[in-house]
Amino acid sequence: MRWDVVANNLQYFLLGAWPNGELGGLAMTILLALGGIFGAFWLGLLVGLFRMSRSGLLRWPAFAYIEIIRGTPLLMVIFWFYFLAPVLLGHSLPGSYSALCALIVFTSAYIAEIVRAGVLSLPKGQMEAARSTGLTRGQAMRHVILPQALFNMIPSFVNQFVSLTKDTSLAFIIGVNELTKAATQVNNRTMNAPTEIFIAIALLYFVICYVLTAFSRRLEKKLVRYQARGR
Amino acid sequence: MAYSFDFGLVVSGEYGEWLRQGLLTTLHISAISIVGSLLLGTLVAVLRLSRITPLVWGSAAFTEFFRNTPLLVQIFFWYFGSYSVLPDFVNQWLYQRDFEFAAGVIALTVYTAAFIAEDIRSGVFAIPKTQLEASRATGLSFLQAMRYVILPQAFRIIIPPLISQFLNLVKNSSLVMAVGVMELTYMARQIEAYTFHGLEAFTVSTLMYLSISLVISFAVNMYNKRVLKIAPR
Repeated sequence: MRWDVVANNLQYFLLGAWPNGELGGLAMTILLALGGIFGAFWLGLLVGLFRMSRSGLLRWPAFAYIEIIRGTPLLMVIFWFYFLAPVLLGHSLPGSYSALCALIVFTSAYIAEIVRAGVLSLPKGQMEAARSTGLTRGQAMRHVILPQALFNMIPSFVNQFVSLTKDTSLAFIIGVNELTKAATQVNNRTMNAPTEIFIAIALLYFVICYVLTAFSRRLEKKLVRYQARGR
Repeated sequence: MAYSFDFGLVVSGEYGEWLRQGLLTTLHISAISIVGSLLLGTLVAVLRLSRITPLVWGSAAFTEFFRNTPLLVQIFFWYFGSYSVLPDFVNQWLYQRDFEFAAGVIALTVYTAAFIAEDIRSGVFAIPKTQLEASRATGLSFLQAMRYVILPQAFRIIIPPLISQFLNLVKNSSLVMAVGVMELTYMARQIEAYTFHGLEAFTVSTLMYLSISLVISFAVNMYNKRVLKIAPR
C-alpha cells in the first residue's frame, strides 16, 4: 500500500492550492456546505410557510416547487443552473456559484418539508390560544409557533446538513475545486494509489458527517426527554 | 434570450434514441441495485439485531460508514480502487463484463443497503417484543423467528420508507455518469456537448425522472391510505 501518496498530498486535500493559489479541497467543501445550509434554511422556511398558507396562490406554487425539486436528481438541478446561467445572464457563471445555487434550491425543498412537519406536529391548541389572545395568524406563527417548531426541528436540520455535505461532492462534476475533485486530480496525476486516495477522502467526509450525525442523535434524545417533561 | 428551443431535436431521431437508451439504462441499473440492496440490507439488519457482538459491531460499522460518505466518492472507490481490495477472481469476472456498469451497481447497492438496513431495523423495533419472545418460546430459532414471524410483519410497515429509498436510488443512479455509464443524465449531457441544445435535453430527462418519482410516490400514498389507513396530511 502506498499511503505516502496520501500523506504527501494531505495539504492539497485539506486546503487546495491555498495560500499560493485558489482555495479548494475540504475547505471548499465546508464552505459550500455552510453557504448551502444558510441559504437553504431561509428559502426553505419561506417555501414551507407558503406551502401551509391558506391562500391557494401561495400554496400551489410552493407545492409544485417542492414536488418538482424532490422528484429530480441533484445532478440534474446542478446542470440546470450551470447551463441555464449563460442563457439568462448572457455570461457564464463560475462553477462554484452555479453549484451553490443548485445546492440551496435543492436542499430548500427538503427543508420546506421539515418545517411543515415541525409546525404540523405542534398541538393545535397553540395556534388557537395564540389567535384568541388577539395575535394575527402571521404574528402567531412568528412569535408562538415557529420558535417552538424550529427548536424541535434542530435534529432534522442537522441531518439535512449531513446530506448536504455529502451532496457537495457533486459540484466536482461541473469542475468546482472541492475535496472530490482534489482526489481525482491527485489520482490522475499519481496513478498508483487509487484505493488509498479514495479511502482517505471517504474518511475525511466520514469524520465530518459522523460527528454531526452522532450530535443530532444525542440532541434528539435530549429533546424527547425535554418534551416529555413539559407535558 | 438568445436561445431558440428546438424540442424536435431531442424527442425524435438520433438524439431521441439516445435519451430512450439512457432511460432504459437508468431503469436497468436501478432495478438490479434495488434487488441487491434489499437483500444486502436485510442481511445487515438481521446481523445488527443478532446480539452476537462481532456481527453487531461489523454491521453497525457498515451502516455508519456507507451512510456518512458521499455516494460519488464510493462510486470512484469501486471504479478506481476496488481492484486491490477485491479477490482476483472477482476482478477477472468484473473486467470481462461492463466494468463501469458493475462498479455503478456495486456502489448503488452498498450505499442503498446501508439506508435500507436502518429502515428494516426500525421496522423490527416497531413490532412488540413479545412477538419474538412468543415465537422463541414455541421453539423457533432466532433466524426462524425472524424469517417467519418478525420480518413479514416489519416489512408490511416499512414498505413506504423502502419505496422512497428505491426512489432515491433511481435519482442517485444519475451519479454513475461520472464513471461513464451511459444512463439518462450522461445522455442529456452528451446531447448538450454535441448540439449545444442542452436545455431541451435536460427538460426531457428531468420530465422522465419526475414522472418516475410522481408515479412511485402516488403508489406510496395509495398504499398508506388503503392498506395502512394513515390519513394524508
